[in-house]
Amino acid sequence: MITFDRATFLKVTGTGGVGLALGASLPGVATATGPAAVFSPNAYITITPDGLVTVQVSKSEMGQGVMTGLPMTIAEELDYPYEKLRIEQSPAGPAYYDPVMKSQQTHGSSTTPDMTIPMRQMGAAARMMLVAAAAQKWGVPVSSLVTKGDGYVYHPPSGRSASYGELALLAALQPVPKDVQLKPAAQFHTIGQRKKRVDVPLKVDGRAKYGMDVKLPGMLYASVQKPPVFGGKVVGYDPTEALKVKGVKKVVQIKSGVAVLADNTWSAMQGRYKLKVRYDDGPWADLSTSRIFDEAEKLAQRPGAVAKSTGDVEAALKRSDVKVVTATYRGPYLAHQTMEPVNATAWVHDGIVEIWAPTQHQTPSQEAASKITGIPLDKIKLTTMFLGGGFGRKGETDTVEDAVEASMKAGVPVKVVYSREDDVQHDYYRSANTTIFSGAVDPSGKIVAYKLHNVNTSQFKRALPFTMAKTGVDPSLAGAIDTVYDLPNLHAEYTYHDLPVPTGFWRAPSTNWNSFAVEVFIDELAHAAGKDPYEFRRLNIKDPRALRALDAAAEKAGWGKPLPPGVFRGIAITMLNKSIAANVVEASFKGKEINVHRVVVATDVGMVINPDIVEAQAISAVNFGLSAAMTGKITIEKGRVVQNNFYDVPVLRHNQAPPIEVVIMPSGPTAFGTGEHCTSAIAPALVNAYFAATGKRIRTLPMIDNMATA
Amino acid sequence: MISITINGVTHELDVAPEMPLLWAIRDVVGLTGTKFGCGVAECGCCTVHLDGNAVRSCSTSCAQAHGKNVTTIDAAAHYGEHKTIVQKLQQAWIAEQVPQCGYCQSGQIMQAAALLAKTPRPSDEQIRTVMAGNICRCGAYQRIQAAIKRAAGMMA
Repeated sequence: MITFDRATFLKVTGTGGVGLALGASLPGVATATGPAAVFSPNAYITITPDGLVTVQVSKSEMGQGVMTGLPMTIAEELDYPYEKLRIEQSPAGPAYYDPVMKSQQTHGSSTTPDMTIPMRQMGAAARMMLVAAAAQKWGVPVSSLVTKGDGYVYHPPSGRSASYGELALLAALQPVPKDVQLKPAAQFHTIGQRKKRVDVPLKVDGRAKYGMDVKLPGMLYASVQKPPVFGGKVVGYDPTEALKVKGVKKVVQIKSGVAVLADNTWSAMQGRYKLKVRYDDGPWADLSTSRIFDEAEKLAQRPGAVAKSTGDVEAALKRSDVKVVTATYRGPYLAHQTMEPVNATAWVHDGIVEIWAPTQHQTPSQEAASKITGIPLDKIKLTTMFLGGGFGRKGETDTVEDAVEASMKAGVPVKVVYSREDDVQHDYYRSANTTIFSGAVDPSGKIVAYKLHNVNTSQFKRALPFTMAKTGVDPSLAGAIDTVYDLPNLHAEYTYHDLPVPTGFWRAPSTNWNSFAVEVFIDELAHAAGKDPYEFRRLNIKDPRALRALDAAAEKAGWGKPLPPGVFRGIAITMLNKSIAANVVEASFKGKEINVHRVVVATDVGMVINPDIVEAQAISAVNFGLSAAMTGKITIEKGRVVQNNFYDVPVLRHNQAPPIEVVIMPSGPTAFGTGEHCTSAIAPALVNAYFAATGKRIRTLPMIDNMATA
Repeated sequence: MISITINGVTHELDVAPEMPLLWAIRDVVGLTGTKFGCGVAECGCCTVHLDGNAVRSCSTSCAQAHGKNVTTIDAAAHYGEHKTIVQKLQQAWIAEQVPQCGYCQSGQIMQAAALLAKTPRPSDEQIRTVMAGNICRCGAYQRIQAAIKRAAGMMA
């Protein structure tokens, strides 16, 4: 249980103005304006005497539903109708730091686990202060007062009642309670309900404002030409032809490349294509995907950093009564491909920096801007816009840095916009991965040896180097080590692959690769043991929640029951932090054609805050995982990305999207993340279905490159 | 001068005739409901109605739109020949809680409106085929399908 010190209950002060330059007053999501006379027991809740309850959401809304889920938890404990809340995107600043990260960031399915209890405590504390105000007003004991979820405090003995608005100013004078009691689940009126998302109405008629939609007076639009070869740099440029394009105003060199600034986005892009830029391609100009995988395979043959070693794997592998399986799995680089290409707007002026960005990382963006400009952090104002998709990509600060630097040099507000080609070719990719597995099963079908060596270019080394400094192990490897299975003899090694291709966090970071390798390997072990893949998993799973989810998926899917001719099932399970997803897929295969007929996903995210969002995220993540499984890849030739746009790095389209049935398996009193974990079990399930159909094992993704042609 | 009527208002635009309609709508006129996704008519984020037909505004030049009526998501429930359909679609989109990040949804709704204008009661297969040009990276396809059917059912 997190307890609050006085400092956590900061008042909201001086937050006005940041968003006003946009001239956008968004119903339901306006920027905080800080009324004068308010009851504001903490930075997240403000109650004005007119009865308006305003909730600040410190996290970034990228479709995962934080703007709905977090306020629901406050409404629950404040005992106030969720539908009447005014919900705002909070400013960026220390008052809104994640209590665990000590920074304002949205990633890693951490919002729900980090924020649920604090939000509930803040709601509960505010309710206690309102009740204390009513007790003082009427001269009655607190114990004689009740709230009923409608925003009033009642005194049943006298029949008196007062609204939260009426009590607001008196409540502001009450001491902040040190200990708060949270409601038992049996009394919930909001948590667990299919409440409508606050942002949906804004997203059906064009009102929702994304980073891409920011427009400031005098702003120029920028398109940045970056060195195409990773590790290359600009050594000179000629802006003459670019400056002749109608609308182009300026060309400035910034750290990442050469920025063409124009009075509209299209002119900036046209001008940028006319730039003549000379590069030093650097030492990696002959890098290719085939070289990367060849090197990785060699690295995997040598000793790596030991991530975990329990029992005696080598002895188990040599037992005479076991069957041994060895297999190598390979996964490509993956781009994020958010629908909104990455972008950011900055205005450096008068000793301050103003930033408007669709960012997952407010604090790191502010820190980056401070570092570039030398302007102190408290003078870096950041407005979080809606994110047109995030998936980890928008935790990077590259476009913010570009915009800040370009604004500094141009002296005007600048919006940097990536073209789709920029977005594909200058991403922070999910790393290419190679995993060599060896394992053994005993005659009873138990896994007695589990040995792996993974090679990748972990993003942690760049983004969070301290996490690898001591061990040299990619923390993501947890997805292959801390599994749902009982693995008494386990040995796992990791080798960092030093390459210039930038890597980053991609939806479900520790499992999006590892669960593929693990779950296909588990299927291979099941086959070697002569066991049904579902029964084999049942036999070897130790985590009771995982077993329950697996059973739920298998039951819903009718595992073992006859299917139409040509249709085959595959099964897989994944756990990300504490969130579990079990998938059964039904698919048919013809040459290189994959037809997914049905997906069942059982999802256990602990306590369910909003089942509609849990369901939507499960479907979303399965579709996202399907894209990667079937066609997703970024390849490198001559040191640069080969792909350009959706035509050569396709993603799942409407006509390919299968029916997906979601089974929600609530468990326990703690709420875990729901936006990512379901990404990771669909690829192995589909590959396992392909094996069931063809007897051929695909060990390299994407599937489309590795299926038989006939 | 290029002359384009957008949501009932005629704009005289001093832009290059080859400028894509998308950027005239967004950066010159200042209506931001229509989104930039790919620039090459691959994703459908930028879908608007040009004289009632769904077109990709990123790949339609201002010259091609000259003298024509354009309807964008910002006002499609109030202007244009498909306004009643758009209203029904918006209600259905809310009822089915379709949008996640929401960035593609302007294009999805404009495309769906054109579909229902021609095919008031589309089959699942017709929906899948016509909507295949509109990418949703959040994968809200299953709910988009449900919302289109809901909207079609409401329009007796």
